[in-house]
Amino acid sequence: MKPQFLVHDEHDSVGVAVTEIKAGEKITGSCLETGKAISLESKDPVPLGHKVALKDIKEGEDVVKYGVVIGKAKQAIKAGQHVHVHNVKSNRWQNVKI
Amino acid sequence: MSKYKFFGYRRENGAVAARNHVAIIPVDDLSNSAAEGVASLIEGTLPLPHAYGRLQFGADLELFFDTMIGTGRNPNIAAAVVICIEPKWADKVAEGIAKTGKPVEVFSIEKSGDLKTIEKASRAAKGLVQKVSELKREEIDVADAVISTKCGESDTTSGLGANPTVGKVFERLVDAGGTVMFGETSELTGGEQIVADRMKTPALRKKFMDIFNDYNAMIEAQGSDLLGSQPTQGNIAGGLTTIEEKAMGNIQKIGKLKVDGVLSPAEAPHGKGLHFMDTSSAAAEAVTLFAAGGAIAHLFPTGQGNIIGNPVVPVIKLTANPNTAATMSEHIDVSVEKVLTLEQTLDQAGDALMDMLLRTLSGRLTAAEVLRHKEFVLTKLYRSA
Repeated sequence: MKPQFLVHDEHDSVGVAVTEIKAGEKITGSCLETGKAISLESKDPVPLGHKVALKDIKEGEDVVKYGVVIGKAKQAIKAGQHVHVHNVKSNRWQNVKI
Repeated sequence: MSKYKFFGYRRENGAVAARNHVAIIPVDDLSNSAAEGVASLIEGTLPLPHAYGRLQFGADLELFFDTMIGTGRNPNIAAAVVICIEPKWADKVAEGIAKTGKPVEVFSIEKSGDLKTIEKASRAAKGLVQKVSELKREEIDVADAVISTKCGESDTTSGLGANPTVGKVFERLVDAGGTVMFGETSELTGGEQIVADRMKTPALRKKFMDIFNDYNAMIEAQGSDLLGSQPTQGNIAGGLTTIEEKAMGNIQKIGKLKVDGVLSPAEAPHGKGLHFMDTSSAAAEAVTLFAAGGAIAHLFPTGQGNIIGNPVVPVIKLTANPNTAATMSEHIDVSVEKVLTLEQTLDQAGDALMDMLLRTLSGRLTAAEVLRHKEFVLTKLYRSA
C-alpha cells in the first residue's frame, strides 16, 4: 500500500504527508531510514507536504526532522495534529523580529 | 574515463560546453540598448542586458567585473561582442574574456553614438555567428564538465525527493571525476554545522564558517522582519515551517559528498570535486554567479514551482511534488514524484535526472530555454557611489 506520510529518520517527531490527509483518519507511513511502518490517527487535516506530529510534543520541546532539531513547539502538540508555523517556531535569527 | 558521455563543444582552452552562443555583452546599463539593437539585427546572438555597471566601487565593483568577465568566459559562450559607454572598462572586460582564447570584439559608444556602434558591432557579430556555426559537437566525458545546483520555491517534497535526487547525480558526477558547485549561504542556516563537517580540511572549514557567519551577521544587522522572506511564502504554503527545516532539505542536494573547495561569488573552481560558492539564495542571482564561475548546466529542484532560467546556462527543473508536476508541467524537465509514493527509488530518480542532464548537455533545450527564461541578475553588495 502507498504510504500517506514519510518520515526521514527514526528519531523524528514529525512525518510529511505525501497525500491529502483528513482529520480522524487511520494513517500509515514509512520511515525512509529503517523502512519501518508507522500508524496513527490524524487529528487535523494535513495537506500534502505538510507535517503531522508522530508523538505528543510539549510546549517548548524541540521538533525533530531529518534526525535534527528544526525548531521548537510554541504550544503543546498532540500526536496526529498538523505541525506548522501556527505551533512551531525557528530557533534561529531570534534577535530579528520573526 | 567515466561511463557518462555527452556531445558538446570543446573550447580553445580545453573547457567543454553545452551551448554555442555568441553573446552581446553590455558592460553597463547604458549600453543595453545598443546590445539589444545588435541582437535584433543578427540571428543567433544572445544579448545580456542588466541593470548595473556605473559608479560601483570597492568589493561591489570587483564582484561586478568578476561576474561580467566570468560570464563572458563561460564555455557556453563561443564568442563575445562587448559594448560599453566608454573604452576603458570595455577593454578590461574584453581582455578578461579573451584570455580563454575565444574571439572577442569590443566597442565603445562615446564619440560615435548608439547607431554607429550598433552597425559596427553588428558587422562583427555577423562574422562571429558564421564562424561559430561551423563548430562541431564531439563526444566528451562528463568528467570535464562543471555543473551547479540551487533549489527554489522549495517545500517538504524537495527534501524528500527532488533534492536527494540531485544528491545522487552529484555523487555520480564527482565519482566520475567531474566538478560540481552548490551555494545559498543563508539557506544553510540550521544545517551549517553539517556542511562544515563535510569540509575536507580545517582551512576550508574556517573559510566556510567565516563566510557563513558574515552572511548571518549581515542579515541580523539589518534587524528587519524576515517573516515571509525565509522561509518564503511559497515555502510555507508547501509545508516548510522554519529556516532550519528548509536548510536540511537544501543540503540533501550534495548527497554524502565532502567539499573540496570554498569559492567567492563568481569564482571558478580550481580543481575537481564539490565546491561551495558564497551566493545569495535568490534563484536568478545564484545561477548567474554559478554561470560566471563556469557552470555549463544547472540542476534546479523545485517544490512549489520556481520557473527560473538563465541565458547562458541550461537550467534543468525537477520536482517531486505531484501537484506542481501536474499544474506547472511546461516548466518541469524531470518529475520524480513517484519517490514520494515509494514507487521509485532515489537511485532510479538519479538515473532519470542523469539521463536528462546528458541529453541537455548534448543540445536538448530545457523547458526554461524554450519558454525564453533568461534571468541574468547581478549580485549588488551595496549602493553605488
